Amino acid sequence: MNRLAVELPGLSLKNPVIPASGCFGFGREFAEYYDLSRLGSIMIKAATDEARVGNPTPRVAETPGGMLNAIGLQNPGVDKIIEHELPFLEQYDLPIIANVAGKTLDEYVTVAKKISKAPNVKALEINISCPNVKEGGIAFGTDANVAAELTKAIKEVSSVPVYIKLSPNVTNVVEIAKAVESAGADGITMINTLLGMRFDMKTGKPILANGTGGLSGPAIKPVALRMIHDVYKAVNIPIIGMGGIETAEDVLEFFYAGASAVAVGTANFINPYACVDIIDRLPEVLDKYGFEKLSDATGFAHK
Amino acid sequence: MRKVQNMTIVSQRSIAKNIYEIVLSGDLVQGMFQAGQFVNIKINEVAYPLLRRPISICEINQTLNQFTMIYRAEGEGTKLLSQKKSGEQVNILGPLGTGFDIDEIQQDETVILVGGGIGVPPMYEMAKRLHAKGNKVIAVLGFASSCDVFYEEEFKVYAEVHIATMDGSQGFKGNVVQLINEKNLTFDWIYGCGPKVMLEAIERQFGQTKKGYLSFEERMACGIGACYACVCQRNDGKMARVCKEGPVFKLGEVLL
Repeated sequence: MNRLAVELPGLSLKNPVIPASGCFGFGREFAEYYDLSRLGSIMIKAATDEARVGNPTPRVAETPGGMLNAIGLQNPGVDKIIEHELPFLEQYDLPIIANVAGKTLDEYVTVAKKISKAPNVKALEINISCPNVKEGGIAFGTDANVAAELTKAIKEVSSVPVYIKLSPNVTNVVEIAKAVESAGADGITMINTLLGMRFDMKTGKPILANGTGGLSGPAIKPVALRMIHDVYKAVNIPIIGMGGIETAEDVLEFFYAGASAVAVGTANFINPYACVDIIDRLPEVLDKYGFEKLSDATGFAHK
Repeated sequence: MRKVQNMTIVSQRSIAKNIYEIVLSGDLVQGMFQAGQFVNIKINEVAYPLLRRPISICEINQTLNQFTMIYRAEGEGTKLLSQKKSGEQVNILGPLGTGFDIDEIQQDETVILVGGGIGVPPMYEMAKRLHAKGNKVIAVLGFASSCDVFYEEEFKVYAEVHIATMDGSQGFKGNVVQLINEKNLTFDWIYGCGPKVMLEAIERQFGQTKKGYLSFEERMACGIGACYACVCQRNDGKMARVCKEGPVFKLGEVLL
């Protein structure tokens, strides 16, 4: 028995550890460090219809226990991703979760339709929560009706299950979660980054050229756990949890809150081996806390 | 072999105002082959500072399994690093990035190395390598003031050295490009590392007439090309990552 295996719509994963979108490019850089087949899956960098150059620099600023980023969805466009990046990943035993973004509902639908047909894409993650672009992104993730409408439109065209990536920058995340569930979402991924700022002490100007950025890293872990906890109680679709995960214990804690799999983001920037180190330590952590298999721990906090 | 390793501090000393030279020992040195690359350092095991700090490689000594870095203790991370003592360990990821290509340089050609402030260190390994190759090497090192000057004597072993200070307290008064002009220094190749204004001045003056490379700096997160934080734009409009395709780019390649 594989104690780490998890089953989610479209995804039979050998382990629940998935590098988070935007923190792992399209895998090429990390393939220099370890065999990507060891991962549960990869959430590849967001795809938009046209190529995007992203925001001006500086794009990152450090914070206590975290970092702000405002990359701005730089990517080569969905066609290039399908042509160059996804075929590269086919050499690995790895179902891919493709992250989809856009300025308009039409763009989301176009990208979702195209990329969901790629042979190794087994699920979509719809990015309605990027705080770093002026149009699209978070605008679709802060209003329950808009989020539901987008979910419905994407479900109609997608060839694979659809996960909606929720923003923590809302008053009531449960309301959005329920809305996308009703609209047909197969799962939820949460949380995206928290909107934040830092200022240069000499000039008084924001450090990030974009002004604001998304906060990630261990600093946001309790926020993610609380939100997953609340959403788990309210919906019947699985949650892929993320937000500051650094260790195998963190993974188990996210399962307790209600996650069925997890994504690891910022930790990859500090330790390129973060994901495989977590995978290696998970069996030991299961022993320590008395779980025969990891999937038994989902929602343990609610029992 | 893992490209991340705890390396032991062999020595650390202050060599100018807020400038430290640190020598580290460990097997990662065996993978260092090129001047101009950098390492990404995790200063503490705790979550603060969370991110690694990118610092350029100043000297590589594979025989001793050691390498040297010179850095300015300016932010909280580098200040913490400056307090570490020999025998302690720091976690190093590297070597990273694309360094200086010196293969195209012919033996009878003269190379000028231009370093500004904390951009001086990578030029030291360059000077050593070019000297070993038999080239004539000129080092033009610019600093704010005499209290900031370091490695003048070390460079003299391998190069003809010119010092410029902005306040004139040591050597030539003015910046490195003014020095090159005033002293009528002639050369075939120019290699530069330093603040953006210095790189811009080199590009303006020599971009059309000389061959060479420039090393860039940008705020980084991962240092391995994954996060897309440290990008710059190429003259062909394409984006490049300073940590991966760079930090070294051909003269004229990057839009300044």
